[in-house]
Parts: sequence; C-alpha cells; structure tokens
Amino acid sequence: MNRRLLRARDAMDRAYAEPLDVRSVAAVAHVSPAHFSRSFRAVFGETPGRYLQRRRVERAMFLLRETDRSVTDICFDVGFSSLGTFSRTFRAIVGEAPSAYRVGNGPLVAPNCFQMAATRPWAAAGAATKSSSSGEAATASVP
Amino acid sequence: MTTKLSVTSVKVLDQDEALDFYVNKLGLEKARDVRQGPFRWLTVRFPNDPSVEIFLEEPGPPVHDDATAAQLRELITKGAMSSLVFETDDARGLYETLRTRGVTDFTQEPIDHSYGTDMGIRDPFGNGIRILQPANVRQEH
Repeated sequence: MNRRLLRARDAMDRAYAEPLDVRSVAAVAHVSPAHFSRSFRAVFGETPGRYLQRRRVERAMFLLRETDRSVTDICFDVGFSSLGTFSRTFRAIVGEAPSAYRVGNGPLVAPNCFQMAATRPWAAAGAATKSSSSGEAATASVP
Repeated sequence: MTTKLSVTSVKVLDQDEALDFYVNKLGLEKARDVRQGPFRWLTVRFPNDPSVEIFLEEPGPPVHDDATAAQLRELITKGAMSSLVFETDDARGLYETLRTRGVTDFTQEPIDHSYGTDMGIRDPFGNGIRILQPANVRQEH
C-alpha cells in the first residue's frame, strides 16, 4: 500500500502544474478518494491536498527566485487557478507574500534536485514557518 | 585517512527482483553473489566503473530482527530509506530505453539544467534514483 501511495505522491510531484483533484490522484494508487486521503495522511503525515500545495508553492518559490515571470503568470504556471488562492496559500505556507519573497531571495547555486528537496516549504500542522526549513521533504525526496 | 568509496548499499524488499531491475533495466552488472546461511552478499556495479559496488540489502535476519526489518520495509516503501545518483551519457535516450523496458515509475522526465540533463525514477521498492547527464558529456549519436 505504501508503494502505491508513493506512486500517487510522485504523480503529484510530476504533474503539479495540471489541474489535479483527489479523485485522479487516488486513481494512481488504485483506491477510493476517501481511503486515499486517509491512508496518505497516515503514511506521509499530511493530506494529499496539503502535499500538492507545498509542491506547487516550492515550484513557485523557484520561479520567483530564478525567473522574471510575473506573480500572476507563476500562479498559473504551478497549477493554481486563482491568484487569490495562490497568494493566500503562499503566504500561509511561506510566511510572506510572493512579491516579498522574490525581493528577499535570489537564485540558489545548487542542483535542481537538491533545491526541490531543500527548499520545499515545511510547516507543522497549523503553524506556518519560514521557507528555510527542510524537514520531511528532505528525507522523502533527496535526491 | 580514508581514501575512497568502494561499497554503498540500497535497501530492497527482494534481492532477486532488485538484481533484475538494476541489471536488466538500468544496465549495471552483478559483481558478487555470496551466500552464507540466510545472508546473501549481493552487489552490482557499473561495467565501466567496477571500483564501486552497490550492496542490494534485504532487511531481515541475521542482521535485523523481525521488528526492525518490518520498520525498514515500511520506510523503503515510503521512499524514505535509500537514494542513489547515477550518471548517464544520454538522459533522453535512457528515458526511452527504460520505457521500452517497462519502467513506469518516473519521478521526473528528463529536464535540462545549466549543469546537465537529469531525470528521476524509483526502483521497484520505492528508492529514489536521480540520473544525470552532465552538461559536458557529449552524446554519442
């Protein structure tokens, strides 16, 4: 079961830019959406929706650091369908607005696989933290 | 002073299945296969880099008690246990080859970076493998 859940998690990492819903991701693990959400949380410590949000925000942080694309373009690049939801989610996870994050952070000199893991925003349930923490994503995704 | 890496290990759920994947899918070769009771010292290596071997380690006795082995299996299938980084001289060609060979667990399709082209796969058990074609390696074809 873990292996199938991991396959579904990998699918979120791969297809974060697409409009994913629990049903389509659960299908990768061959389980019902409700069972998927429950099992995913038990195995990986957060809901699949939260995991996908962190993946999308990590990619948005990358694009803010490394490109000149507008915040609005980046919002849609990483799979959000509304700028309001993107800004709210980004702020809740990173602790500051996308534009403020861009001002404070330039390109990192590190291989992409390291960046994806090391800069994946991590927040304990209910408590947003700054973007510098690594935590669970590092153990799960490096390299 | 220590001087070099000679053996590392990746934890797997089944040594025979691991051998098939690392040899027949990824192109490594079997290096050693020594049995001692329940213990099997099974390693693979790259034909062009025989100085480094990867021990395909299956949790269990006599090294691990049953409870520890169960914990390790849990972590392996979560993708939280072992990870490897390999190099290739042709990332996109390898990607197509792996698909032809039935590999479906890609964590990332080939992407170009300043330092090269990389991709990601998982072995049959959940271990992450990054494969990089360094930017300075020219393709043969």
